Amino acid sequence: MLGAGVAALLRRRAGVAEAVSLVVHGIVLVGAMMLLGRATQDGPLALTVFGGWPAAIGVGFSARLPGAGLVLVSALIAFAGAVFGHAAIGPRRRRAGYDALMLALLAAVNGAFLTTDLFNLYVWFELALLAALGLVTLDRRQAQIGGAIRYAAFGMLGATAILAGIALIYGVTGTLDLVTLARVLGDEGPSVATATAAALLVGGLALKSGLVPFHVWLPSSYAAAPLPAAAVFAGLLTKMGFYALLVVVAGVFGLGATFLTPALRVIAAATMLLCALSALAQTDMRRLIGYHVVAQVGYMAAGLSMATPAGVDAAVFYMVHSMIVQANLFFGLGAIHRATGSWNLRGTGGMIRSNPLFAFLFAVPMLSLAGIPPLSGFWAKLLVVRAAFAGGAAWLAVAALVAALLTIVSVASLWSEACWKSLKGRRVRRVPWSMLAGMAILSGATLAIGLLPERVAIVAKLSAAALARMGS
Amino acid sequence: MTILYAFCAAAIMGAALYMILSRNLVRILLGLALLSTGVNVMLFVAGDFGSRQPPLIRAGEKALGEAADPLAQALILTAIVIGFALTVVLATIVVTGWRSSGSLDARDLDAAEQPDDPEIREPHAD
Repeated sequence: MLGAGVAALLRRRAGVAEAVSLVVHGIVLVGAMMLLGRATQDGPLALTVFGGWPAAIGVGFSARLPGAGLVLVSALIAFAGAVFGHAAIGPRRRRAGYDALMLALLAAVNGAFLTTDLFNLYVWFELALLAALGLVTLDRRQAQIGGAIRYAAFGMLGATAILAGIALIYGVTGTLDLVTLARVLGDEGPSVATATAAALLVGGLALKSGLVPFHVWLPSSYAAAPLPAAAVFAGLLTKMGFYALLVVVAGVFGLGATFLTPALRVIAAATMLLCALSALAQTDMRRLIGYHVVAQVGYMAAGLSMATPAGVDAAVFYMVHSMIVQANLFFGLGAIHRATGSWNLRGTGGMIRSNPLFAFLFAVPMLSLAGIPPLSGFWAKLLVVRAAFAGGAAWLAVAALVAALLTIVSVASLWSEACWKSLKGRRVRRVPWSMLAGMAILSGATLAIGLLPERVAIVAKLSAAALARMGS
Repeated sequence: MTILYAFCAAAIMGAALYMILSRNLVRILLGLALLSTGVNVMLFVAGDFGSRQPPLIRAGEKALGEAADPLAQALILTAIVIGFALTVVLATIVVTGWRSSGSLDARDLDAAEQPDDPEIREPHAD
């Protein structure tokens, strides 16, 4: 069913008009809601296979649980992005193909969330990379070219590592279907070939999701993109990499494959601490939030590296929370830039006097990122820390808490610089309504998760169970 | 045969990685193209050798015998197309960068790393 939705999306790529894109985003949002409802009620497998081949050979799509939930979140973000883009994207960028690229990106991300095949996952990654490159270089400015080359080189390197891992896995097992793979690999211990393949896959996917040794490309390339696109990147692209990591580590290799966890734990701790520290040193707001995007992936990796169902559960919850919050933060930066004309913290200020509603809407994702109790970030961090203690890695929990403290400092200074500081000698413009509406959608979602965490928690639990079941 | 192909793939990938480590953007571009070729050889090895039954043939149907696994070849074709598309896009970006800055040195990319000067107001989004 959503396979058809994705295909329709691809066919509509020619429609450049904003209206078409808004309508399509709306349709996808409704479709994703129905899909999630079906996936939670009727059990995980609603398999659609293209091309008339029997299952496990043709191009299959299936609404398995973590993926189906994430499709809904990504549709929500893309819809909010389209609303926000009404004010942020001018006719020149629309003529350059902004809408078409955005829809292609969304289609690629959704395809990756729903595919049943390891090789297809790789194909969707490449498609997303192509669309993202188009978006990064939309204005053809010098900084954008630099960011794009970095992004392209790292992205291709990561994708090639993934492909090499896929080749090894195919050579050993003779199948690429995720469920079959989980069944085959779950039975036997790691051999030289599967361990190498796992290392290649995890390395490539870690590069895609920006985990620490491979994080350098992310802040500069995100900072170069047009803002609504950067917001969607922050919300979707790193999470797409992490979703694949989740499926490969927890689903295909199984939670029993403990040979991956020590490395993942170290990577997670380093990601959280280093990136939270780097964020403190930034004055360009886009790079600041870019580093926070990476630090958040570290939290998810921490949950995943516990190799317990509780850890996977925490990682899925964190992913949902973080997708919404990161996109919203980038929207906020766009609004600040529109009002004060600067990307630099020193050049901003006065937002609370001129745009009180904005200051409130911006505070929601900020506080949620820092993990202040009533919001979604608190529950997400709580789950990760609890899983870390339960999994016997107290040092990882401590690292997570220290990183959370650093995040609070960084976020507090960002908000007070942008909103409280008075800006002398310059008039602060009003933020257009569509920007506020885009932010309101996501802030509302964050508040809703914060106040009713059990709905998302149930989905996360079911997802963890579905991933653990994949091999049996 | 497998050993030979494996060494070929290793040699290609080694050369490709060496080129990627260079500072010249064109070398990086060619290195990435070469790297995807090396991986394609790996995929080829993964599918071709041995008489293992490919998953295409279900029990009860007639097997293909010693034939090569067609799925791996389909995968390689897809990978070639994707690698080609990405190489072209990267080449376009490199050419654009060369036109605007007149340099092919990766160190000049650091322009993107410089934080914006607050005094220089950027043109607005629209």
